[in-house]
Amino acid sequence: MELFNSESKKIISDPINVNNPISLQVLGICSALAVTIRLDQAIIMTLAVIFVLCSSNVILSIIRNYIPNRVRIVIMLSVIASLVSVVDELLKAYLYDMSKQLSVFVGLIITNCIIMGRAEAFALKNGPSKAFLDGIGNGFGYGLIIIIVSFFRELFGAGTITLPDGGAGYVLWRIPESWYAAGYENIGLLVLSPGAFIILGLVIWVQREMAGVEEDA
Amino acid sequence: MNILRKIFSETGKFVEKGKPLSWAYPLWEAADTIFFSTNKQTSNGPHIRDNMDIKRTMFFVVIALIPCYVFGAYNIGYLNSLALGIEKGIIANTIFGLYYVLPILIITFIAGAICEITFAIVRKHEVNEGFLVSCALIPLTMPPDVPLWQVFVGTSFGIIIGKEIFGGVGTNIFNPALTSRAFMYFAFPTKISGDKVWTVGPDGYSGATALAVPANPAEYDTASNLYANVSQFDYSNLNLFWGLIPGSIGETNKLLILLGAFFLIYCGIASWRIMVSCVIGLVFTAVLFNLLSMFTVEGILASGGTPNAMLTLTPLQHILLGSFLFGTVFMATEPVTSSHTNTGRWIYGFLIGVLTVIIRSINPAYPEGVFLAILIMNMFAPLIDYYVVQSNIKMRLSRNA
Repeated sequence: MELFNSESKKIISDPINVNNPISLQVLGICSALAVTIRLDQAIIMTLAVIFVLCSSNVILSIIRNYIPNRVRIVIMLSVIASLVSVVDELLKAYLYDMSKQLSVFVGLIITNCIIMGRAEAFALKNGPSKAFLDGIGNGFGYGLIIIIVSFFRELFGAGTITLPDGGAGYVLWRIPESWYAAGYENIGLLVLSPGAFIILGLVIWVQREMAGVEEDA
Repeated sequence: MNILRKIFSETGKFVEKGKPLSWAYPLWEAADTIFFSTNKQTSNGPHIRDNMDIKRTMFFVVIALIPCYVFGAYNIGYLNSLALGIEKGIIANTIFGLYYVLPILIITFIAGAICEITFAIVRKHEVNEGFLVSCALIPLTMPPDVPLWQVFVGTSFGIIIGKEIFGGVGTNIFNPALTSRAFMYFAFPTKISGDKVWTVGPDGYSGATALAVPANPAEYDTASNLYANVSQFDYSNLNLFWGLIPGSIGETNKLLILLGAFFLIYCGIASWRIMVSCVIGLVFTAVLFNLLSMFTVEGILASGGTPNAMLTLTPLQHILLGSFLFGTVFMATEPVTSSHTNTGRWIYGFLIGVLTVIIRSINPAYPEGVFLAILIMNMFAPLIDYYVVQSNIKMRLSRNA
């Protein structure tokens, strides 16, 4: 079975760790900053991105030999845009509240550099099964970072931890009133975009330290 | 002394390279250089003309800050007595205030020391005294009633994000003390935004700060009676100068700040060019806005139909209000983050003054603009220096061509 040899393991684990699309390639930052205010948004966004990334990788990989080189960007875009429309419609049909909260950022998955980048760099050069694994790996690599960022942003910024459910989100835990009475305060900065930058920067720092990556000065 | 030297020599053997306790070398080194002067000398350029080292520079800044601390403590006590309507002596007021100042100071130093020592151990460099000055500055920028855990978080943020991630003392872009002040300003706006006074008084005792009054004038008429209907505090120019008004701990008394400025300039530690050009920039912009407000009768720059009272503040009021002087003297002149060329210093300071008035006057959301102005200019200081140096090179090339 191809799935368990070391090469396919590497295809999956590399983007999660030493070649993470957000923390090492610094791609897809805009959506990572925009949808990380709440944990449930980040989780739904991760699922949407994994779906789009895997499907587009597989589809483009299947038709890669028929795509004329000069118009490949247009074809890639049309495939990705159709898939994003599907996700958008699905969210509107089944998770209407969530779709309203994510608003324009679902549509903006089209412009997420990770998806285009993986199509260009990987799917057009490899077979469908490898392209699928690459989509899984990069999707989880993206999701891992934004879930960590949104966890800290929501916990310290708004004082809650929200998991996705059918409606407006299920509050798993919120900071008890007695803490506020004792003088605790939410860090309002983290809800704003600069807070997302700070948390993301710290996560990138820790992640690179753990992966042992040194960047050339 | 011999005994002390002996103790350090003996314990020093345990933290040498290769010994199991070698991770603690930065700690040992820091303690050693506190008791004994270091015998290390600068071995490669640039050479300095004075034997002024980083320790003396830091120490003199701390000396210049001590009067601000003492007055800050007295002011807390004075305002508390004022609010309660009782009479207390100077000593009693100061002691009352020290109960608020000292915990903030201690927490700041604990947070700063934890961050600095952790980074020194992980990065295997020596503990640098730079954090002492940052930690001495941070409490002076805090309101007296700030929760201590917020001070801890803010200080750690300032030392780590403002300094350590750039590589420690001497390589930071932003002033660490101001970074922590800015962090707290945006993170905990209810406590520290500067539109309500910070005094230690009875419950419900509150009012607008001197800078927030013109932002939301109750009955706006002219600049002269802008503060007339503020009954709680005396916001006359003279009282603003003496600093018996609510504010952050260290910034209210302008006389002591000026004394500190002269002391620092006399010792050659702070740049007088930056201080002077800050004031010039502020006066220039304030006068410009005064003229502007005369011509905008209907209020081009106004909000909600009323003219923008901030535009009518005189340059003198701008200087005395808020922490402009404190920021100018102690924050803008920080040698690491300010410009290094003399021409650059003039530009750097001038723009700080300009930005301060712009942020104060045009943006009603931020009552105070000094710390933001200084942080913005910290960012541009290397760019200013670069162009000053380049233009100098070009000038000399063309002269010799």
